Amino acid sequence: MSLPLASLAGITRAATAPPVDQHYLFEARQMQALSLSVHIPLVCFGIAFPALVLFAEWRYLRTGDPLYRTLAQRWSKIMLALFAVGVVTGTILSFELGLLWPVWMQDFGNVFGLGFTLEGFSFFVEAIFIGIYVYGWDRIGPRLHFASGLPIAVAGVTGSMFVISVNAWMNHPTGFTLLNGHAINAHPWSALFANPFFWAEYVHMYFAGYIVCGFLVAGAYAWGFLRGRRGRYERAALGISLSAAAVASPLQIVIGDWAARDVAQYQPVKLAALEGLATTTRGAAEHLLGWYNGHAVVYGIEIPRLLSLLAFHNPNAVVKGLDIVPLADQPPVNVVRFAFQTMVGIGTLLGLLGLIYLYIRLRRRRLPEARWFYWAVVLAGPASVVALIAGWITTEVGRQPWIVYDVMRVDAAVTGAHEIPVGYGVLCVVYLGLAGAVFWLLRRFSRVPLPASDDPQGARDAG
Amino acid sequence: MLADVPMVFILVGITAYTVLSGADFGAGLWTLIPGGGLTDAATTRDHTRHAIGPVWEANHVWLIFVLTVAWTCYPVAFGSIVSTLSIPLFIAAVGIIFRGTTYALRSQLERGEGRGVRAVENVFALSSVLTPFALGTVIGAIATGRVPVGNARGDLVTSWLNPVSILAGVLAVAFSGYLAAVYLAADARRLAERSLVRDFRIRGLAAGVVAGALALAGLLVVRAQARPLWHGLTSGLGLAMVCVCALAGVLTLVLVWRDRFGPARASAALAVAAVIAGWAAAQEPRLLPGLTVSQAAAGRATLIATIVGVAAGAVVLVPSLTLLYTLVLRGRLEGAEAPPVVGPTAAGAGRPEVSRAGSAGKPSAALAGVRRARLAGGFAAVTLVAGAGLMIFARPGWALALGVLMLVACAVTVFAMAAGPPERS
Repeated sequence: MSLPLASLAGITRAATAPPVDQHYLFEARQMQALSLSVHIPLVCFGIAFPALVLFAEWRYLRTGDPLYRTLAQRWSKIMLALFAVGVVTGTILSFELGLLWPVWMQDFGNVFGLGFTLEGFSFFVEAIFIGIYVYGWDRIGPRLHFASGLPIAVAGVTGSMFVISVNAWMNHPTGFTLLNGHAINAHPWSALFANPFFWAEYVHMYFAGYIVCGFLVAGAYAWGFLRGRRGRYERAALGISLSAAAVASPLQIVIGDWAARDVAQYQPVKLAALEGLATTTRGAAEHLLGWYNGHAVVYGIEIPRLLSLLAFHNPNAVVKGLDIVPLADQPPVNVVRFAFQTMVGIGTLLGLLGLIYLYIRLRRRRLPEARWFYWAVVLAGPASVVALIAGWITTEVGRQPWIVYDVMRVDAAVTGAHEIPVGYGVLCVVYLGLAGAVFWLLRRFSRVPLPASDDPQGARDAG
Repeated sequence: MLADVPMVFILVGITAYTVLSGADFGAGLWTLIPGGGLTDAATTRDHTRHAIGPVWEANHVWLIFVLTVAWTCYPVAFGSIVSTLSIPLFIAAVGIIFRGTTYALRSQLERGEGRGVRAVENVFALSSVLTPFALGTVIGAIATGRVPVGNARGDLVTSWLNPVSILAGVLAVAFSGYLAAVYLAADARRLAERSLVRDFRIRGLAAGVVAGALALAGLLVVRAQARPLWHGLTSGLGLAMVCVCALAGVLTLVLVWRDRFGPARASAALAVAAVIAGWAAAQEPRLLPGLTVSQAAAGRATLIATIVGVAAGAVVLVPSLTLLYTLVLRGRLEGAEAPPVVGPTAAGAGRPEVSRAGSAGKPSAALAGVRRARLAGGFAAVTLVAGAGLMIFARPGWALALGVLMLVACAVTVFAMAAGPPERS
């Protein structure tokens, strides 16, 4: 599968059966994008939240301070509720992949399907132990209880890993032979896990999980701080969640750089779209902001040779432009570029916020005191979700018009069933209801009062 | 031969999903019709809800398992099925969203919270009926050969809205109600709730009779409408499974009648498993019209990879599930439906945390703390510089992997330094 791009594209176009006549392709894509956008923030909680809950419980086991037990217990309830919502939104996704893109399943399920099968087992482990952990407070011994939480944390990490292995394969398909538009001789293990595109994407998402989960949780407590709720409990909760996000966000910049270099190497057209590079250029410049008018970026800030330097570590490197493929094979440049710049911009600010926090927390050994800092943390929660979604738009829209990069086009994968707009409408309403339900639940959790007991010993007996 | 192994996984998955998650849906059915017993409706609803709390998510995963194995190992059949049967599958998906969300919501509501509670309960109950019905019609459509190979080639409506499919849907609902009643009676027995035991005993008997009658009626409809399936069910392994189902069904009724709920759980599950095995036997080797299981199967490497993956997964899954069900059946995860959130805490407003290690006053310990902090800081700095250097400048895979590990080590260390020690007062 190391055929040159153009010839491979030629083969597939000649060999694939003509796509069905689907008027609602765009609606199908939007429906998929909507479902992914709803699910991905919940995935972040699956990746990072169990570790934070377990950290709080571990602190309780170490120090015997019942405050940490309360914290872990309250967080575990939120974890369970978000997991339940993640279960259903994830189920919708697995239905949708088949319902909307049956031909993709049909022609390539034998290559990538294994990733989802393995994810199923992670999901099993998560579901089993989250039941034991959350329902087992006070009912199984403290150490055993802590141990029952460990598989949740591990499975959250492996589950997202398996799913991303599939996405990485869609971006850099290997491990099969193409015959008449579908895959034969599939080698799923190497296709999914020996894929050079996989690791950067996965590590990038893993760090994103901590950033999103950490800043969202911290944002809720920062909001409380601004309104005067600054007790020991709130300080501990804020400290743990914000530390996780603050550590991950500056490092994410290094990881993101790695991911971008992988894109430069394996998906030159996507890179060209990210940067609005119309023609192949030696010593290409980087543009901040601005607008791609079909030939070049206008109204942007130009930094000469920076793109070549970033992408290939050589200021004079040749960067391939959009013109290496016909117009029909180019993604919508402004969407991809805007999403990319949004992600990078927010990510940089979050990294800065993280460094400020770490500096104060480590040098002065206390939480920051300035109000603006807490306002920034409140904003960082939603901003991190925006960056997350923008990142996924970058990689998914940047792959267009392909569902399997350079092998299968999206319009060849779509279903022939015609009720897509109905499903889309229903799903929009359902997700609105779901968002309302989650908001209501979280608000309710936050309103459960902490009993104002200052006597830890007595409190421990009561617990 | 190899091509059949994943199909066995799928059938095991469908059976587990029906027997386990089916009962969770059935519990929802009983919250829809909670009256007519000794216990009041609210208590009945609480009992059913508590019973599924720790397990419904794990039980639900069997569906995901079935889907993923199907699309990996029989991709052409999977694509054909989901495109033609997109409507019932979409209905099932929406039902699953509503069921899961309303369950999470209901657990947080108090009994007395009026109309909101009723609305949430009703949506929960209705979606618990709708989902098994929709999935049952899917099975009916596949069993009667109404799903041709291709992208949405079958009729989008009549493929699943026909007598056999509708009957399969109703049967799925009846089975889930039957299983749920038997399980809930057993749970009530463990909790020593006498009147609940009696109620669910009667419900189990009634649902068992209804499910049995529907199954018999179903055979007649199959005979009239789907001859090939009828032949399969009345000969060979298909017939044997029909007989097992009938015997296990009658045995369950007897066991429930005699208050032996534990064994009744097992025989009820066996009856349902026999139906699925009978369906598979009747249809074998045909998967879709003109497509046998071996024709539909993916290539050898994919099948082997899936079998290895499932076997490895089973090594983790079987002990985990055993642990979960042991804890549940022994009542170790019982009590309040979810953990009491109001825990004790010391909420001294505005007062920073004080060290509870008990060593804050000792100078040597403080010194050791400082030394440890310096060491951790040094480690973090070294891993940061080395990790970032490798990530930015190294090319080979192993160097990048080492870089990631170093950055993760740095992240964990700095996190521990920032989140662990108490604030300075």
